[in-house]
Amino acid sequence: MDMLFSLRSGQKPGDGPAAPASPLEVRDLTVAYNRKPVLWSVDYTAPSQGLIAIVGPNGAGKSTFVKACLGLVPSVSGSVKVYGSPLGKRRSLIGYVPQRESVDWDFPASALDVAAMGRYGMIGWCRPVGRAHREAARACLDRVGMADFADRQIGQLSGGQQQRVFLARALAQEARIYFMDEPFAGVDAATERAVIQVLRDLDSAGRTVICVHHDLQTVADYFDHVLLLNTRVVAAGPVGSTLNAETLHRTYGGRLGPADVPGVRKHVAEAGAA
Amino acid sequence: MIPDEILATLTLRAGFNSAVVVAGTACLGVAAGVIGSFMLLRKRAMVSDALSHATLPGIALAFLIATALGMEGRSLPVLLAGALFSGVLGVLAIQAISRFTRLPEDAAIGAVLSVFFGVGVVLLSHIQTLATGNQAGLKTFILGQTAAMNRNEAMAIAGLALAALAACVLLFKEFRLLCFDPGFAAGQGWPTVRIDLTLMGLTTLVTVIGLQTVGLILIIALLIVPPAAARFWTEKLWAMLVIAAVLGGISGWLGASLSALVPRLPAGAVIVLVAGSLFLFSFLFAPARGVVATAWRQARLRLAYAEQAALTGLLHGRPPASGGMDTWLRVRGMVRDSALTARGRDAARSSERNRRLWERFLIHYPTLVPGRANWGIDPIDRVLPRDLVLELESLPEQLSP
Ligand SMILES: Nc1ncnc2c1ncn2[C@@H]1O[C@H](COP(=O)(O)OP(=O)(O)OP(=O)(O)O)[C@@H](O)[C@H]1O
Ligand SMILES: [Mg+2]
Repeated sequence: MDMLFSLRSGQKPGDGPAAPASPLEVRDLTVAYNRKPVLWSVDYTAPSQGLIAIVGPNGAGKSTFVKACLGLVPSVSGSVKVYGSPLGKRRSLIGYVPQRESVDWDFPASALDVAAMGRYGMIGWCRPVGRAHREAARACLDRVGMADFADRQIGQLSGGQQQRVFLARALAQEARIYFMDEPFAGVDAATERAVIQVLRDLDSAGRTVICVHHDLQTVADYFDHVLLLNTRVVAAGPVGSTLNAETLHRTYGGRLGPADVPGVRKHVAEAGAA
Repeated sequence: MIPDEILATLTLRAGFNSAVVVAGTACLGVAAGVIGSFMLLRKRAMVSDALSHATLPGIALAFLIATALGMEGRSLPVLLAGALFSGVLGVLAIQAISRFTRLPEDAAIGAVLSVFFGVGVVLLSHIQTLATGNQAGLKTFILGQTAAMNRNEAMAIAGLALAALAACVLLFKEFRLLCFDPGFAAGQGWPTVRIDLTLMGLTTLVTVIGLQTVGLILIIALLIVPPAAARFWTEKLWAMLVIAAVLGGISGWLGASLSALVPRLPAGAVIVLVAGSLFLFSFLFAPARGVVATAWRQARLRLAYAEQAALTGLLHGRPPASGGMDTWLRVRGMVRDSALTARGRDAARSSERNRRLWERFLIHYPTLVPGRANWGIDPIDRVLPRDLVLELESLPEQLSP
C-alpha cells in the first residue's frame, strides 16, 4: 500500500493525460525466431483490475509474449509500455516468475537464497544482501507456505515447492505488475488454491497479475480477464464474454473443441443460459 | 633428492625467488578456483577450455611480429598480449557460430578449439625452422614451467590474481544471479550481457596469467577441477567458493614447489595431478555428496528399514524374508530358534510404536524438514519434543490399508 501511495503522490501534474495509464500497453508487437514470426502484430491493453490469463496451445508464443513484455527477446517491431512509460524506466515495477524448467535446480542455493534474489534489484550493484532484505525474503516464503523449507537446497524440493519458491522470489520484488509463466504447472490442488489465494491478494492490493495458464478447466474460475493467443491475438477481454466455443476453436484451430474440456463446457453452458 | 630440500621449498624457505614463484602460483590457484566456480555453474567450462587453446596462435604470431619488427620476441608482455587477443577472438568465434548457425554450442567449441590450436602448432613449427635461435621458450606455454619464471613475473601474477579475486567478491551477488537464472536477472534490469562479459573477462585474465605456469593445455584443470571437487562438499555457494579457492591454492602451491625442485617436470602437469587427486578424494569421501558417504548412508538406512520390517513381522508371526536378516538378528541376540527373544520382543514393540508415530507425524506435519536425524528410523522420543510425541500418541488411529 505504501508503495502505491508514493507512486501516486510522486506523479507530477502534467505527467501525462488525466486518464491513468494502463499497466501494460502492447502495440503492434512482432517477434520472429529463425525467420518465422512467433508473435505477429500483437496489440493488447491490460485492464487495471482483475487477474489476467494468457491462454493458447503449445508453441502459440505465450512465453515469448511474456519475455517480449520484459524485454528479454528482441522484437522486430512494436512497443511495450508499462504504466505509460517504456520498459527501461519501469523495471523496478515488474515482477517475473519464469517457467520452472528454465533453471538448473541442482544449483548450490537454498530456498531463501532464491527468494532473496527478488531483492537484488533494490539492493543494487556490489552490495551484499543485508539482514532486512533476508527477512523480507523469508516473509515472502512464509506467504507461499514455504517458511519451513527456507534452508533447504532447492534441488531437494518437489516441483510444486520449487514453483512456490519462484512465486516467493517474485513477491520479494514488491512489483506492481507481475508476469508469471505457468505458475500452476505441476502443482497439486492444495498448492493451486494456495497460489491462487496469493494472486487474489495481489489483485486486491492493486497489483496487476498476468499469468500464462494451461488449464482450460480452471481459467473461468481463477481469472477475470483472458488473452487468447495463437501467434496473433484471437480474442481478449473479460472471461465471461471472451471465452466461448467459437474463440476457443479459433485459438486451438479445431485441435480442441469446448466439448473436450468439461470446465469450459460448463462455462459455455452457463454463458448460454444467462 | 633430500627430503629437507623438499620441505624447504614447500615452506617457502628455499630462497626468496622460489618462494615468490610458489606463492604467486598459489594465488593463481585461489583466483582460478573462485572464478572457475562461477564458470562451472554458468555451464561454460568448455568455453574456457577453448579460450585457453585459442591463445596459442596469438602467442606465436606475437613472437613473429615482434621479431620482424626487430624487438625481443620472447618478451612476456608481448606474448601475453598476443595470447589475450587470439583467446578473445576464439570466444567471439564460438559465440558467432552458435548464434548465427544452428550448430549446438559444443560443436562450435570443438571446432574453434581444434582449429585455433592447430594453427598455433603450425606457426610454432614454422618458428622452429627460423634461425633466430631464441624460440625455445615458447614451448613452455603449452605445458607450463615455473623454473623460468622470475620474481617480478611471479609478483605480477599474484597481484593480478588477487585483483580478479577481489572483483569476484564484489560481484558475488550479480554472478550468483546470472549463473542461476539469467532470464530473471535481465527481467530485473541487470545488464546480463555486461555481467557475462565481466565473468568471461576475469576468466580470460586468469587464463592468460596462468599460461606461463600451468600452460595452455592444462589451465582448464585449474579453472574447473577444484570447483567441481568443491561441489561435493557443500550445497552452499559461498562455501563452494571458499573450498574451491583452498583446493586451487593447494594445487598451485604443491605444483609450483614440486616443479621448482624437478625442473624437468612441467608445472602444469604436476598442478593438475594434485588437483586431480583432490578431486578424486572429494568425489569419494566428501560427506555431503561424495560416493562413499552417500553409499554408506544408503546402506545404513536400508539395514535400519529392513531390521524394522523384520522385527515387526516377527512380532506378528512372520519370519524374516531373507536369511541374512535372520542371521543379523541372531547375532544381535534378538532372535533364537526363529523366535523373538525377550530382548527382541522389546525391540520389536518399540520399533513398531516408533514406526506408527513417525507415520502419523509425517502425515500431520508434511512441511517440516529433518535436521540431522533420520526420520522414520531414529527413536522418535529422541528426535521430537516430548509434548509433540504425546500429541501424536493421542491421535486417533488412521485408517490403515
Ligand atoms: N529461442 C528460440 N529460438 C527459436 N525458436 C524458438 C525459441 N523459443 C521459442 N521458439 C519457438 O517459438 C514458438 C513459440 O514458443 P513459446 O515458448 O513462446 O511457446 P508457448 O506458447 O510458451 O508454448 P508452451 O505452451 O509449450 O510453453 C515455438 O514454435 C518455439 O518453437
Ligand atoms: Mg511457454
